[in-house]
Amino acid sequence: MHPSHFFAVVLFALFASTVFGITMRDTPPKMFRYGAYCFVLFVGSVIVFSWVMFLIAR
Amino acid sequence: MATTPNKPAAAGKPATGKQKQQGFVYLPLIAGWLIPGAGHFIVRKPIRGTLIAVSIISMFALGLAMQGKLYTGAQDILEMLGVAGDLGNGLLYFLGRAAGWGGQPVQTTVADYGTKFIVVAGLLNIIAAVDAHNLRTGRKS
Repeated sequence: MHPSHFFAVVLFALFASTVFGITMRDTPPKMFRYGAYCFVLFVGSVIVFSWVMFLIAR
Repeated sequence: MATTPNKPAAAGKPATGKQKQQGFVYLPLIAGWLIPGAGHFIVRKPIRGTLIAVSIISMFALGLAMQGKLYTGAQDILEMLGVAGDLGNGLLYFLGRAAGWGGQPVQTTVADYGTKFIVVAGLLNIIAAVDAHNLRTGRKS
């Protein structure tokens, strides 16, 4: 299996956020919100740092 | 509406917390470590247990599918940390070692990602097992 780097990041973020949401919060609505928050932070930070590295490499 | 005569909330932990502490309180911790999600099934949180099992087993399987490496020896400090992370997968790790799963030398970037997937799956499983233990002891509702 050779996923693209971005797809690998999305899979990683999805599964890690699921476990973070369940373990770090008490009620299902808070779990869902925290999981979504972690997912957005994971993927968002990857996009931001990717652009930073792209601009540094130019 | 009428309230119940006992006041569990005012006393801190509810009365059921005491009842929950009867028996072997470390069972969800150990079961959750050995089998991802099993700890939550034991404390009767099947949806959480299913989500945790799917997440951790998928991460482990994807890591192997990407030709990720299962750490086997502890030659240096980084290898030791890798073994510690992999051990968090419980029976999945021992099964993988016995079956010879995983690529040996990491030759591609994706294989390195796979190795990290396996390690992180183990670390997440430890967090989940501790969470199941907290549910068992009443520290978390």
